[in-house]
Amino acid sequence: MSLTDPPPVELRDGAVAIGGRPVLRGIDLTVTTGEFVALLGANGSGKSTLVRALTGLRPLTRGELRLFGTPFDEFRTWHRIGFVPQRTGAASGVPASVREVVTSGRLTRRRLLRPLRAADRLAIDEAIELVGLTDRATDGVSTLSGGQQQRVLIARALAGDPELFFLDEPTAGVDLHHQQVLADALAALKARGSTVVLVAHELGPIEPLVDRAVVMRDGRIDYDGRLADHVDPTGHHHAAHRRVHDHVPHVAAPLEHLHSSREPRA
Amino acid sequence: MSPAELFSLPFMQRALLAALFTGLAAPAVGTYLVQRRLALMGDGIGHVAVTGVAIGLLTGWSPTWTAVLVAVVGAIAIELIRERGHTNGDVALALLFYGGLAGGVLVTGIGGQSAARLQQYLFGSITTISSGDVVVTMVLAALVIGVCVGLAPQLFAVAQDPEFARVAGLRVRFYNLLVAVLAAVSVTVAMRTVGLLLVSALMVVPVATSQQLARSFRTTLGAAMVLGAVASVGGLVIAAFASYEVNAAPGPTIVLLALAMFAVTWPIGVWLRRRSRLQAPFDDDPPGHDEADHDHGPHTHDHGPACGHPAVQHDDHVDYVHDGHRHAPHGSHYDEH
Repeated sequence: MSLTDPPPVELRDGAVAIGGRPVLRGIDLTVTTGEFVALLGANGSGKSTLVRALTGLRPLTRGELRLFGTPFDEFRTWHRIGFVPQRTGAASGVPASVREVVTSGRLTRRRLLRPLRAADRLAIDEAIELVGLTDRATDGVSTLSGGQQQRVLIARALAGDPELFFLDEPTAGVDLHHQQVLADALAALKARGSTVVLVAHELGPIEPLVDRAVVMRDGRIDYDGRLADHVDPTGHHHAAHRRVHDHVPHVAAPLEHLHSSREPRA
Repeated sequence: MSPAELFSLPFMQRALLAALFTGLAAPAVGTYLVQRRLALMGDGIGHVAVTGVAIGLLTGWSPTWTAVLVAVVGAIAIELIRERGHTNGDVALALLFYGGLAGGVLVTGIGGQSAARLQQYLFGSITTISSGDVVVTMVLAALVIGVCVGLAPQLFAVAQDPEFARVAGLRVRFYNLLVAVLAAVSVTVAMRTVGLLLVSALMVVPVATSQQLARSFRTTLGAAMVLGAVASVGGLVIAAFASYEVNAAPGPTIVLLALAMFAVTWPIGVWLRRRSRLQAPFDDDPPGHDEADHDHGPHTHDHGPACGHPAVQHDDHVDYVHDGHRHAPHGSHYDEH
């Protein structure tokens, strides 16, 4: 990375509060061009909130966010970003075909009241092909399986030819076979030189692609580094906490406390 | 009076024009409302618009314009309440609905107007429409159709997935308010045709009908507009001919015709969905034993030593190489090995 090539994501001392309650605190995160970063952590650790903060869906209560070197408030080149939300948004009250949903991802590069150009159509076709849904392109999204709907959302983000991808739990609720299909699509992104920030509960087949793991705990970054140093060899991909931790403050009877403090002496 | 004479009457021509434009515009907005699961929003705006009509009757201004104004304000209020209120948004909407209806009836009474005057707006009176009103209806309807079709990519994206739309740089709140304003305008446009209390039917029923058969958004939108136009023009004509025998009001006839169209397409939609479910391939067979369901047409012959496909010994049986994969005869079909 040279000085003329600012990092795609740069967050300094970021904090997010939801309803007055702090959810993220003291987050420093810089993602460099071409990096594949996995945000890991337990439920409620703030990993999804961090992605939502990075995309502007959750306002920062503190800190400074820059995307491609531009302060977020002045950021307008949205076509450089591809966002893949959790799968819930794929179906709506009116039928929509796979192609139509993917086409909406091209809006970042289209002007108002202009029809699709040849380049737009090509990008949409390529995006559908990359996720392997060419034969389902005219089918209604709601008739697809969960894993296929997830691939539609990835294709939608792809259609705008972005440089930076944010994916919120793309593998949640997807069986191992389809996780592998998703991983292949992500590998193709990585091979193109895209920067990827991905939230995951379990990595599964994505693991070999990950350059860097950021483990969240209690709204802070607990670990930031290579995956191999962090994940234990049993292949258990949950954030491996060495000590037992819960979000509920530990409540114990006074006698119990007395007992446990005496135990070492016994 | 013969049918030709009936259609040559100026009031009938005005009514047909108003019905055509209303029938095209109302389902166009309705599609976006249904997509956002706000099918009853048109109904709510209609209730609020009753107050607008009453204010027009009280002050002597044109009830059409006061209705447009109050309906737009009400629609924006509904949208903002919906956006802010997460859990009890529908309760807040209900408050606005009934406030609008009660306010309208009360103001009409204060103004000394009879209930019959208000009823024209509640249940429609398309045959009494003036030529000035026809022009206003056509202009407003054309505006609604133009925006709904012209900005379809943006409106579709925002309604489909607001969060994605925001990260794509679209001004989600602006588009949401735009749909609310368009809904308010088409409610007041349809007010003269089917009436404020039935307006939501013209916005929602054609959409419900067209989505029985459509697989894409574009088809749903186009078909809903065609069905809406057919229902409102057809309903008006039926009511006109029926009026030789009985006192048939056009508004309810239009709505009932739209519902009849839904009743006809619904079983077809059920059958189509059932068929597509039955045709969906199963891919959960055990590995190494997939029943042949891939797409290379039906077998025109039985695989055998003389069929021309290369034979491969596979454990205790023979597979035949077929289009790059191996078929093993198994009863009436072939397994993939």
